[in-house]
Amino acid sequence: MKNIRRIFLSAAVLCAFGAAQAQAAGKLSVYHWFEYIPQELLDKFAAEHDVEVTMDTYDSNEAMLASLKAGKLGSYDVAVPGDYMVKILIEEGMLDSFTRSEMSNFDNIAPEWADVSFDPGRKHSIPYQWGSTSFSVNRDHYDGDINTLSLVFDPPAELSGKINVLDSQAELLALASIYLGIPQCTSDREELRRLNALVQAAKPHWASFGSDVAKDVLVSGDVSVGMIWSGFSAKAREEGAPIQYAFPREGYIVWMDNVALLKDAPNRENAIKFMNFLLEPENAAAVTNFAQYTDGVSGTGSYHSDAVRNSPESNPPASPTGSFVEVCSQEVQEVYDEIWTQLRQ
Amino acid sequence: MAEQETQEQSSGEPSGERGIYEGLAYYLMAPAWVTLFVFLVVPLGIMLVYSFLTKEFRGGVIWEFSLAAYDQFFFDRGLFGDEPARIEWTYIGIFWRSLWQAGLATLLCLLLGFPTAFVIATRSGRWKFVWLFLITIPYWVNLLIRTISMKFLIRDNGPLNEWLLAIGVLDKPLHLINTDFAIQLGLFYSYLPFMVLPIYASIERYNFALSEAAADLYASRWYTLRRVIFPLVKPGVVAGCILVFVPSLGAFLAPDLLGGAKKFMIGSLIEEQFKGNIGNWPFGAAASMLLLSLVLVMLTCYALSQSRARR
Repeated sequence: MKNIRRIFLSAAVLCAFGAAQAQAAGKLSVYHWFEYIPQELLDKFAAEHDVEVTMDTYDSNEAMLASLKAGKLGSYDVAVPGDYMVKILIEEGMLDSFTRSEMSNFDNIAPEWADVSFDPGRKHSIPYQWGSTSFSVNRDHYDGDINTLSLVFDPPAELSGKINVLDSQAELLALASIYLGIPQCTSDREELRRLNALVQAAKPHWASFGSDVAKDVLVSGDVSVGMIWSGFSAKAREEGAPIQYAFPREGYIVWMDNVALLKDAPNRENAIKFMNFLLEPENAAAVTNFAQYTDGVSGTGSYHSDAVRNSPESNPPASPTGSFVEVCSQEVQEVYDEIWTQLRQ
Repeated sequence: MAEQETQEQSSGEPSGERGIYEGLAYYLMAPAWVTLFVFLVVPLGIMLVYSFLTKEFRGGVIWEFSLAAYDQFFFDRGLFGDEPARIEWTYIGIFWRSLWQAGLATLLCLLLGFPTAFVIATRSGRWKFVWLFLITIPYWVNLLIRTISMKFLIRDNGPLNEWLLAIGVLDKPLHLINTDFAIQLGLFYSYLPFMVLPIYASIERYNFALSEAAADLYASRWYTLRRVIFPLVKPGVVAGCILVFVPSLGAFLAPDLLGGAKKFMIGSLIEEQFKGNIGNWPFGAAASMLLLSLVLVMLTCYALSQSRARR
């Protein structure tokens, strides 16, 4: 009996010891896009704040929302939603708020991104990166004028069957609306029919739908035209793809990804530290040098690599300007979903 | 006939000696029942319930009874949902395409798997295990990685095309990637061992003296295969076919990575409802239930036809 008690006692001591050890290092759980943050930066944060960082990744705003809705809310501290998704997350009540006094670097946010329509007053999120969505063209395969969306939606015969589009309903239908010159999320039935007809007619010209493969198919030369995000295209170019990123004259999509504080974050304090850390110009620039988009933080210029500074993808012409993806009403969204299903049937 | 049936019945029940073990049996069965309940009944129950709920905008459910998910599956009300209902062919078409692909993959696996299993089962001692070992080696690697590798192999300027161009068989690359052929290749390659292994197990148990007996009675080789070997190894063939057909039906890696994700298969259609662009959980649940019912009906029909044939 005595022995048994001793065993229990030592087991309890061991458990307590183990628990104490686990508590010694704080934790941070990040839900992030794939290939979007350098591991060294996570390590740097982990070392500076004695925090164990874990990260899961997603490949679309919608996949992130679905996973949070399916019960993951409460297990992550921060996520990195795009502009329209920040608005949706706020509407869904899935973000926690903070005050600017909680972050010493809050004032580093670049003035043009300090008050944004999708998060007025920056109460839930801070800028991460911004860039654009358009497409890139393999210059060995096609040497015509590339600054038109018709290359994706009504391509010349030589490009037919050599096009990859992002597997992202929001961006694809927004870009199609821009091409048609109709407002995004229009509720006009005639315009919606035209939108449907456009993507249906374009589909036979497309080789594949894919977001995570968008860079690889351009590098390998599998496709000649690939709808892609600006920085991802810059990376493809660096990997040797003979491609040029287009700024179509009809317009294109601009977006901003933001580090948002999730509701019920298990480590809220570390989440705030992490956001503050990412507002440090040196760290924000490290992300930019890796992801090749543009940061929304002041004073990062001197830390940028030359590749980023001179990147054609990050230096859009003065006109045309891009537009943000809009959040559709439920009514219109249901039509969009129907168009999307018909497109993929 | 009657004699045979009574025999079967009596062999089904252990006679006598039940007494003390009877109670114990229930306890021994408990882990199996608990496993079935927790991992089969509960998840399926949740899915069944969800399929009859109202969808919440952008994913999730509202706890109100609704047949909207099934309605959406079977009836087409036009782009704006207010036209008179017609039969919806979209989802039936997606199901049909998946059934067709899965069926073809099963047939191809059978055509290649049966001879392979036969050859392996008829090797002597050590070689048998070497061959089995070789069959399983590629499957130590994760399916995702194998599928991506297949993609690299067959892409327009991948090794396969480069080689065919180099030896002069082709003068321009063979376009394989993002075609139905590529999906088929992916399914076939992914599930081939599920066909080989059960058939191998059956042939292993087959007594080859029976083939000799058939030959003594002037049966041709083909006739022996068809009328003696095949009926005896059929359970293995059936198991193999089910093991290939069912996962092929729900596969989404091959269609997504090799087929370019241009057309939904059942698996990707359902995935899209939960984690994709369209957040419609009840519809995803309904499509899953319909898929499940379809497979159940097919297996039941098969089982019935078998028991009828036996009589």
